[in-house]
Amino acid sequence: MEQLNYRHVAAKRANGSKAQALVGVVASGNLEVLVERTLPDGECEVDIRTADEGFGKLWQAVVADFVERRSPGGLKLSINDGGARPDMIALRLAQAVRAVEGERS
Amino acid sequence: MTVWDNAQRARDSRLQAGARYAQGKRVARQDATALLEAVIQPGDRVCLEGDNQKQADLLAVALAAVDSGKIHDLHMVQSGVVLPEHLDVFEKGIAKRLDYAYSGPQSQRIARLLFGGQIELGAVHTYLELFARYYVDLTPQVALIAAVSADREGNLYTGPNTEDTPAIVEATAFKNGIVVAQVNAIVDKLPRVDIPGDWVNFVIESDKPFYVEPLFTRDPAAITQTQILTAMLAIKGIYAPYGVQRLNHGIGFNTAAIELLLPTYAERLGLKGQIATHWALNPHPTLIPAIESGWVKQIHSFGSEVGMDDYIRARPDIYFTGPDGSLRSNRAFSQVAGLYACDMFIGATLQIDLQGNSSTVTADRVTGFGGAPNMGSDARGRRHPSKPWLQAGKEADPDSPAPLRRGRKLVVQIGETFGGKNAPLFVENLDALKLAGKLDLDLAPVMVYGDDVTHIVTEEGIANLLLCRDKDEREHAIRGVAGYTDVGRGRDTKLVQRLRERGAIQRPEDLGIDPLDADRDLLAARSIKDLVRWSGGLYSPPSKFRNW
Amino acid sequence: MSATLMDAWYEASARQRLSGLLDEDSFMEFIGPEQRETSPHLSLFNLPEQFDDGMIVGRGRLNGAPVLIAAQEGRFMGGAFGEVHGAKLTGLLRAARGIASMPVLILFDTGGVRLQEANAGELAIAEIMRALIQARLAGVPVIGLIGGRAGCYGGGGLIAACCSALAVSEQGRIGVSGPEVIETNRGVKEFNASDRVLVWRTMGGKHRLLMGGAEIFSDDSMASFREAARYLIAHAPAMTTATLEAEQSRLEQRIARFGGFEDSLEIWRSMGADDAKAIPGLTYQEFVVLADMLEEPRHDAR
Repeated sequence: MEQLNYRHVAAKRANGSKAQALVGVVASGNLEVLVERTLPDGECEVDIRTADEGFGKLWQAVVADFVERRSPGGLKLSINDGGARPDMIALRLAQAVRAVEGERS
Repeated sequence: MTVWDNAQRARDSRLQAGARYAQGKRVARQDATALLEAVIQPGDRVCLEGDNQKQADLLAVALAAVDSGKIHDLHMVQSGVVLPEHLDVFEKGIAKRLDYAYSGPQSQRIARLLFGGQIELGAVHTYLELFARYYVDLTPQVALIAAVSADREGNLYTGPNTEDTPAIVEATAFKNGIVVAQVNAIVDKLPRVDIPGDWVNFVIESDKPFYVEPLFTRDPAAITQTQILTAMLAIKGIYAPYGVQRLNHGIGFNTAAIELLLPTYAERLGLKGQIATHWALNPHPTLIPAIESGWVKQIHSFGSEVGMDDYIRARPDIYFTGPDGSLRSNRAFSQVAGLYACDMFIGATLQIDLQGNSSTVTADRVTGFGGAPNMGSDARGRRHPSKPWLQAGKEADPDSPAPLRRGRKLVVQIGETFGGKNAPLFVENLDALKLAGKLDLDLAPVMVYGDDVTHIVTEEGIANLLLCRDKDEREHAIRGVAGYTDVGRGRDTKLVQRLRERGAIQRPEDLGIDPLDADRDLLAARSIKDLVRWSGGLYSPPSKFRNW
Repeated sequence: MSATLMDAWYEASARQRLSGLLDEDSFMEFIGPEQRETSPHLSLFNLPEQFDDGMIVGRGRLNGAPVLIAAQEGRFMGGAFGEVHGAKLTGLLRAARGIASMPVLILFDTGGVRLQEANAGELAIAEIMRALIQARLAGVPVIGLIGGRAGCYGGGGLIAACCSALAVSEQGRIGVSGPEVIETNRGVKEFNASDRVLVWRTMGGKHRLLMGGAEIFSDDSMASFREAARYLIAHAPAMTTATLEAEQSRLEQRIARFGGFEDSLEIWRSMGADDAKAIPGLTYQEFVVLADMLEEPRHDAR
């Protein structure tokens, strides 16, 4: 198992007031994202546990783009990965933010 | 003095040799192998009907059982290498040379036999190319075909899975060849005549129906959100602006998603009647909701699909059916339709390189081409105009004077940036090149050439290669939709941005599409059961697709 | 045409089922994912964990009335029971016994015990069965809802059989040994696991309902399962010696009536079905009407 962790500065705080949300399921090609509003407004953290080792650079790129697009300030996102592809990862991260911002997930 | 009827005499003597096993045209199935030993000569070109779906399985087994001392060095010419027996004949020394089009189910074994030298490869063709050569330089001396039923005169009913049979039989019968048919049943009166008895020499009644591969059924339950996103992009970014009414879908989950989005997403965009009305397409169950919702004017099919017979029978306004009510398919004509009468082909692939060449070949599997290269190519012999064709031609070549500027067929490759087993769709070098080296081929097996591809659709957006002016722009338009693959990450961001500004790359947001809206909720049917319901119970899916 | 995604039970995740079944915003989770009570075993096999270990437990309201509820995520490890997964359900049932005034709903979606946690999983099944029976003895109705992709197999099938009552949909399946296991052990002639029509005919919701293995046949929708749950809670039989004796007698009669048959079609015909082969293809409405006519007498035996 590989553990990856990325901390970023976020342009702004994520909207809404929900304390946490969960999207996805750990299954082949899928992943779950637990998002908790536990950090200062300008920070965000993505923590990943995956059985597919050696894809650190890929995760880093996907996470960096996600942070730039969605500005998830204040959020810690914890991921259990079932071997998902980048498009699924990006989708779940976006869904997680939307869920914790209080919109339909 | 020159003799001009050698082939005719040879044919007569073969028929005589076979006659001892026949009563009229009828041969008992226990005598199948003996019949083949009587009518086939060593070195013959033999066409064994391994169509895309329909398999003359009894005859394949009979051929694989001949004495290789008597029958050897055959040159097999057939569409599909599908059954194990199709390759057994090579391992047993019955056959030596092969010309064919498709080998999906046997892709690994055929690769081994090719590398090992047990098969001498003529060439891998597309279906239409192979049919064409039956009339020029690969005419079969013996054709072993499959039909649903025969009457006493040898007239044949080939039914929904008519597929390649007319093309094969005409070439063989009219060039002094021998035609042997296996049938499910011999009857007094056929539902209709698909092949006249004059063209058929021997008929063998099998003890079970010929095998048909279910190939075109895709379970809506397996369609992912990413595939739905690519479908939305295709509909809004290509079908709509070009106004594509006449088209062919390659089989796959992305195109299945498009079919299931017509009555919902495309309906909301107000596109009904403007797109997707006339089809060259197998009877995809996933098109049922669109048909039922009034989107489709008509469909011509290459073959049939397991479970669809009753539905087709009940929709004669849509499908090509005979006076008996059942489907008549014809692969040769559908291939021609795809080439000349369709304005767009859209399908998936396994690998795309930086020029846009695409291939389904991997280093240890040889699948062949099937019909995709026909569908996925610009037909330069076309002359009649249509709006999409002219529009694409203008995009490709804005500077030439309009009256001398031919149109372009839209050839779209669609897929997620990472495919099965997280293999990237985009690569610097196709595995096909490795295979060409291994097998010493003149050409790498490319399915669709980059200069025929007009658009590439991934979850990252649409690359419009028609708007690319040179090799560099083309390469970066491809990199610009290649996502997080190595190819995608190697992009020149400035060039990609310029291409986007020009519309050569469109992102979902440029088309007003939010990836989070790509929900399975948009699918008109989300399960095989839903499709059955849409069909009013007429669609009867094969067992492997049932969960009830 | 078909129900929207929001409604379909089969396709839904465990959390979506909870949300669709219970009154809006009424679900309160116990030992939620943020507690990170994950499996202590899976990482040994280089397998990913899930924060809730595939079992969600909590309380909510069903048409205003409070319920305790558990839902299995069938897509995580096939919904299989592991140590933590099982312990959460055991704890819920023990709490139910203590509280005594709230019924329990179990949303099954499981292939049985997780091979990777074999002993812990088997123990969990036993503990759950004990806790379930004790809850029932304390007067708590325990209702099982079955309609997911994994079905309800192995230890899950045993637990389901201990429930007060079951609701099952057409897609749902209930059994102990799964189709592949039967084929591997007994041969393909005995049971062809890839013949899905046979699988559903033998273990699927329609057959279970007709045999008396489930009380209610649900449509594949939240609304239908909600109504089934409401009904079964209201009509749950008491757990008494009389109940158990009636159940014993009912099962004896079942073997006597059907034990000699080779296939469900024969069973259905013996029940009086005119066109047994048509049963798998019947719509929900059609099947409910037929079942009412055929159904073997309901015993208050559970």
